[in-house]
Amino acid sequence: MSFLEIRKLKKRFGALEIIKGVNLTLEKGGFLVLVGPSGCGKSTLLNMIAGLETISEGEISIDGSVVNDLHPSKRDIAMVFQSYALYPNMSVEQNMAFGMEMRGVPKAERDAAVTEVAKTLQLDHLLKRRPGQLSGGQRQRVAMGRALVRKPRVFLFDEPLSNLDAKLRVDLRTEIKRLHQSTHATIVYVTHDQIEAMTLATKIAVLKEGVLQQVGTPYEIYNNPANLFVADFMGSPSMNLMTGKVTRANGHASVLLERVDGAPIELPAPRGADISALTDGRAVIMGIRPEAITDLDGADRHSKGISMVDARVDVVQPAGSDTFVVTKIAGKEVTARMRAETIVQPGQTVPFAFNLDKALLFDPASGARL
Amino acid sequence: MTEITVAPLADVTMPRPRGSVRGRLQDALPKLVLAPSFAAILLFVYGFILWTFYLSFTNSKAFANDHLVGLSNYQKLWTWTFETDPPSGWYTAIINMGLFGGLYVVCCLALGLTLAILLDQKIRGEGFLRPIYLYPLALSFIVTGTAWKLFLDPGIGLEKAVHDLGWTSFSFDWVVNPRMMIYCVAIAGIWASSGFVMALFLAGLRGIDGEILKAAQIDGASGFMMYRRIIIPIMRPVFFSALIILTHLAIKSYDLVLSVTGKNPGGAAELPSTFMYSYTFTRNQMAVGSASAIIMLMAIAAIMVPYLYSELREKSQ
Amino acid sequence: MSAADALLAAEPRRDPSRSSMTTRIVIYGLLGFFAIVYLLPLVVMVMTSLKPLDEVTGGNMFALPKEPNFDAWAKAWGTTCVGLTCEGIKGYFWNSIKMVIPAVLISTLLGALNGYVLTKWRFAGHRLVFGLMLFACFIPFQSVIIPMAVILGMLGEWGNFFTDNLGVSLGFGNPTVNLVLVHTVYGLGFTTLFFRNFYEAFPTELVKSAMIDGAGFFQIFRRIMLPNSGPIFIVTVIYQFTNIWNDFLFGATFAAGDQSPMTVAVNNVVNTSTGIIEYNVNMAAAIIAAAPTLFVYVVAGRYFVRGLMAGAVKG
Repeated sequence: MSFLEIRKLKKRFGALEIIKGVNLTLEKGGFLVLVGPSGCGKSTLLNMIAGLETISEGEISIDGSVVNDLHPSKRDIAMVFQSYALYPNMSVEQNMAFGMEMRGVPKAERDAAVTEVAKTLQLDHLLKRRPGQLSGGQRQRVAMGRALVRKPRVFLFDEPLSNLDAKLRVDLRTEIKRLHQSTHATIVYVTHDQIEAMTLATKIAVLKEGVLQQVGTPYEIYNNPANLFVADFMGSPSMNLMTGKVTRANGHASVLLERVDGAPIELPAPRGADISALTDGRAVIMGIRPEAITDLDGADRHSKGISMVDARVDVVQPAGSDTFVVTKIAGKEVTARMRAETIVQPGQTVPFAFNLDKALLFDPASGARL
Repeated sequence: MTEITVAPLADVTMPRPRGSVRGRLQDALPKLVLAPSFAAILLFVYGFILWTFYLSFTNSKAFANDHLVGLSNYQKLWTWTFETDPPSGWYTAIINMGLFGGLYVVCCLALGLTLAILLDQKIRGEGFLRPIYLYPLALSFIVTGTAWKLFLDPGIGLEKAVHDLGWTSFSFDWVVNPRMMIYCVAIAGIWASSGFVMALFLAGLRGIDGEILKAAQIDGASGFMMYRRIIIPIMRPVFFSALIILTHLAIKSYDLVLSVTGKNPGGAAELPSTFMYSYTFTRNQMAVGSASAIIMLMAIAAIMVPYLYSELREKSQ
Repeated sequence: MSAADALLAAEPRRDPSRSSMTTRIVIYGLLGFFAIVYLLPLVVMVMTSLKPLDEVTGGNMFALPKEPNFDAWAKAWGTTCVGLTCEGIKGYFWNSIKMVIPAVLISTLLGALNGYVLTKWRFAGHRLVFGLMLFACFIPFQSVIIPMAVILGMLGEWGNFFTDNLGVSLGFGNPTVNLVLVHTVYGLGFTTLFFRNFYEAFPTELVKSAMIDGAGFFQIFRRIMLPNSGPIFIVTVIYQFTNIWNDFLFGATFAAGDQSPMTVAVNNVVNTSTGIIEYNVNMAAAIIAAAPTLFVYVVAGRYFVRGLMAGAVKG
């Protein structure tokens, strides 16, 4: 039995269903990231785990016991909010100790716990300050300290890094990861940032409109997305999606991509795809990540599925470590990630190496993987 | 916050231990805390309004009684509304209400807006000037009225001071002239309330996005045009708020009339509020007083209810 | 940028400094003129109160007092006649103090609790409850004054009954208690409005966090809400203090004779129909009546104005 279990969970506000039957499990010491676009229900789901929202249907259990009817304070959880929710009238020390004070923990014990956590988070010198006197990063750290000091069974993070600037966000991301590695805490973390999800999680759950799209390790989610939504949502720049048609000839299937200028491109169907589903003339969407389209020299030498396609360069975006080259195929913009030293000019026609081992096919109507 | 938030935190959405007495008590606690206040408002405001409404259908005199007489009190007021020669007290009250209310609202708005615009011109000493326009708000209407009664007194006030300056034919006896008294009440009222309107408008002006003004300036809007075409239209909600507040204050005003006119001699400066009071407590016609109170309430409800409704709705959306 | 820049940029062809100079003079002239108009009644009132009566009736009201003295103030405070008794207005001043302090404290505290419930512990129908409380702020008090008089009369009877049987009235029928009750009830709408609007903007995440930390309804109120409500407390207290201190209608209706609050007493002094009119004493009485609220205005004007605005811009 898993440490945290969510079974057939539903949440309704009047007639509006926000969470539409979610099943999720998390083992002890796991790091679950709930990710999805705005309004997908991920924060509602987190609030339901916290006990800040009631459950319309289904069950949540922590460590084997159902917590549906338990008050938030009785669930032995701690939560870090997006706004940090530090009590402005209390010092850092008082903020961190407040939860224990409410539970009647003796002063000496509280002080010891606060001192210990403050040391690991390097907050020692800030203990007497008020939240108003701290920088954004320090406040964030205090909010984490306040959660840590209680040693709860589950930590809940609600977009804890969204209010920070880009550099600080990366630093604190590393810190959260290190903290997880050293404490083996069980964490549920909500974010809309797919990079945060990829870097932090041991398990990612992708939500869309209250429905769980896929659950898996970051590797699975990235490389084997269950559907078009997950494929499109995860990854930056996002996956190239091209509409095409299946053609079949002597047992082999290939995908035909129309082009406005020039002959259509014919690419062999990716090896991972279910050949039997690919009937002749069937419309499909081919998805391929930018890093699987390169210049010839940059292509993966171990791959057996490299296909060369000549296409006209639309836009060139040097990004320092790589150069992103945009072209148009099947009416859609297609981004390729080439080596930084590649020299291409807009307007040129250059060869693009497609690594079809990494390509995926989706059904245009349902969005499902084929 | 990027998530859908419906009813940020409602006790109905909080988990509750089922069946436990303590849990249920905890659950009801917020409502229990609110209950006394709400009950008091229901009783002392809405219950009393219904009671007054009921009394307006009786023939209560010095004391409340249960003898129902239908609409006759309202009929009486209706007849009085058209009794101009000699003018009935109610007719005077309505005419005065129009004069006083109209002058009070229009002049407060005009003066308030003027002062706000003037103060918004990067004035040195704004911090010194603003409190001067606002201090009358701290005074009670009794004090305001007392001050203006002295100030306008022909024997020792303004008229005398102008005579002393050499203009001996100058005459300003409004405050003791029954036909002009109501204008003095309006003057005192405008003096007391225009600072408030100024503060509302000034806050409105300061709240306008500076970039809009920059854009208008680049588009070539001049000073006057800037106000006429951009700033004043943007401040329409402030106008509206000020208008509503002033109108309801005008209908409610009571003590100002008494103190400016010296207890409203002969009912010359009668307003619905003073009419109600004198009929109820000195003329022993409580039922007529109740009917006039209900009419005042209706007038205020007619402007306040739609306003509050729209304000509350706007906020919730 | 302010509209001034636009105003100055209006006619670029003329010499800008000259045109702006004229505009500035007109602006300052107008502002100065209005400042004088606003100040004059108070100045005249103060000067009159510092003159002996013959100087008031015989002299010019704008003339400075020849020998300023506080005789009129002393008389107003200690010996002038209010109605039939001639012991000055000091007793009435204390009446007002006794009434205003409990009424302000009770209505403010209840308003804070109401605002807390209406924003952080919402229940079905919370908007209707608030709407009803809000509308109560704006009713003309004439529409509730008769039933109030009847009820307070009834409480007075109870007071008499208790006095006859127990020797104490238990506060029933006491005019100060009556006025505290009346002002508390009819002030609740505003205090609730102030706190509701303030707590509406108060981050709900703090409440959630405290809830997870194990704090209950009152603990959250006392430990989280109250310590962060300083400004709105000041605003509300000042607003209520000014309104209650300055009230006349309730005071005149529900408290009689020597139990009246200050405003009623001043009105009686000023508008007495007997004897000669002692303008200097009248003005002194009026200034004494205005002193507490003026003092608050001078000391905490910022909060005073904020309260006025909060009372006007609702929602």
